[in-house]
Amino acid sequence: MTAAQRVNVWVRKVPSWAVYILGAMIPVWYFWLAVSGQMGVEPINALERALGLLAMQTLVVVLAVTPLRRWTGISLVSHRRALGLLAFFYVCCHLAVWLLLDVQDPGRAWADIVKRPYITIGMAGFVLLLPLAATSNDRALRKLGPVRWRRVHTLTYVICVLGAVHYVMVQKVWEIEPLVYLALVLALVATRLPRLRRRAAA
Amino acid sequence: AMSLIGGAAAAATDETLEPNTFEEITSYNNFYEFGTGKTDPADHAHQLTIAPWSIRIDGLVDTPGDYAADDIIAQMDIEERIYRLRCVEAWSMVIPWQGFELADLLALAGPKPEARFVEFQTLLRPEEMPGQKFPILDWPYIEGLRIDEAMHPLTIMATGIYDEPMPKQNGAPMRLVVPWKYGFKSIKSIVRITLTDTQPRTTWNKAAAAEYGFYANVNPNVSHPRWRQDTERRVGGGLFSSRIDTLMFNGYDEVAGLYDGMDLEQNF
Repeated sequence: MTAAQRVNVWVRKVPSWAVYILGAMIPVWYFWLAVSGQMGVEPINALERALGLLAMQTLVVVLAVTPLRRWTGISLVSHRRALGLLAFFYVCCHLAVWLLLDVQDPGRAWADIVKRPYITIGMAGFVLLLPLAATSNDRALRKLGPVRWRRVHTLTYVICVLGAVHYVMVQKVWEIEPLVYLALVLALVATRLPRLRRRAAA
Repeated sequence: AMSLIGGAAAAATDETLEPNTFEEITSYNNFYEFGTGKTDPADHAHQLTIAPWSIRIDGLVDTPGDYAADDIIAQMDIEERIYRLRCVEAWSMVIPWQGFELADLLALAGPKPEARFVEFQTLLRPEEMPGQKFPILDWPYIEGLRIDEAMHPLTIMATGIYDEPMPKQNGAPMRLVVPWKYGFKSIKSIVRITLTDTQPRTTWNKAAAAEYGFYANVNPNVSHPRWRQDTERRVGGGLFSSRIDTLMFNGYDEVAGLYDGMDLEQNF
């Protein structure tokens, strides 16, 4: 048995529900840190950023599932739906903190969405996530059929790019960390370009 | 030492100025020379050597030269000023500074009548200020004031907080505090002050002129491209703290006369 196969045996042993529960605990843990004063003296901003980064990281993992399998044989496919739904959950938490704790006013939040490009872009990413979250279940998969379902879920690439651009634009200067995430996302999306795929296959 | 509680506006706005704790003031800072994160300054500023320290005062002055920080402090009347600090990122604090009026420091060098602006410069020392190893801003940090703003009695050089010498993450040994302007105008760890007849090219203005104007007066009516400026969050209120209204000139209405006849939306 190769190393990749051994890893796959272990990955398959992890039940889906464990991924959901452990994943959902992370924002709860962050919230506890923020409320108990362990996220610094300005916890609203710290929590908002921590949740945004968590969503970004999870989206990168989701994007990496296919290339990882192709290049190393390690397959996380059995947990891809859970990871995708967790990323959606993290984005919802990030948005909730922004709206309820930070801006604290729906009218002002709407004005920000319309007026400030980095918020517009982040919000566009969230809106595009909605159909993906709604169709991340067996019934929707059956109803749409695999071809149409896959076509809908190519939106993931657009969403990840929007998320990374949002992260870069939130900063006041060109910071390294968000640019690294943007580069990662672009590289992972590029592995899906048909031309590259053909070259890799040749 | 006289204690000026935030100027006359404090009474007018009916707000009691409860200072932030020493821990809050020294653990949540913007000082990009030590990194762009809010806790980077507290984590890295200990590397900074602050003695000996001198400030070069030059340009349109009668007696240009290097003034030792210790000599300056020894000559000045150090008093406490409890000021609101309003960051352009829409958070704020209340800080009990110790310091002296900038006008008294400038008087040591004797500004010439043709001096119209004052340019300030922060230390450039990448080996002790790790953020300066990255070209995120055009180092060294430059800020500037019009001469009448610099001479205003509310404008101080701060040398301490809560009767402690100025912590390094807050701009040791000496920094500017201009309480009616956004925090980035209050330049830290100053090594040079130049009096000029032309408006200084300031760091954030060079980085993004549409976002950071030269004047940068706190103004709830002029929205920043990134942050609304009509409200702010006072640091220290915890996870459920409410936003509070931002005051024109950060509540220091006595400076309004400096801008008579100026369009403050144009000169933001």
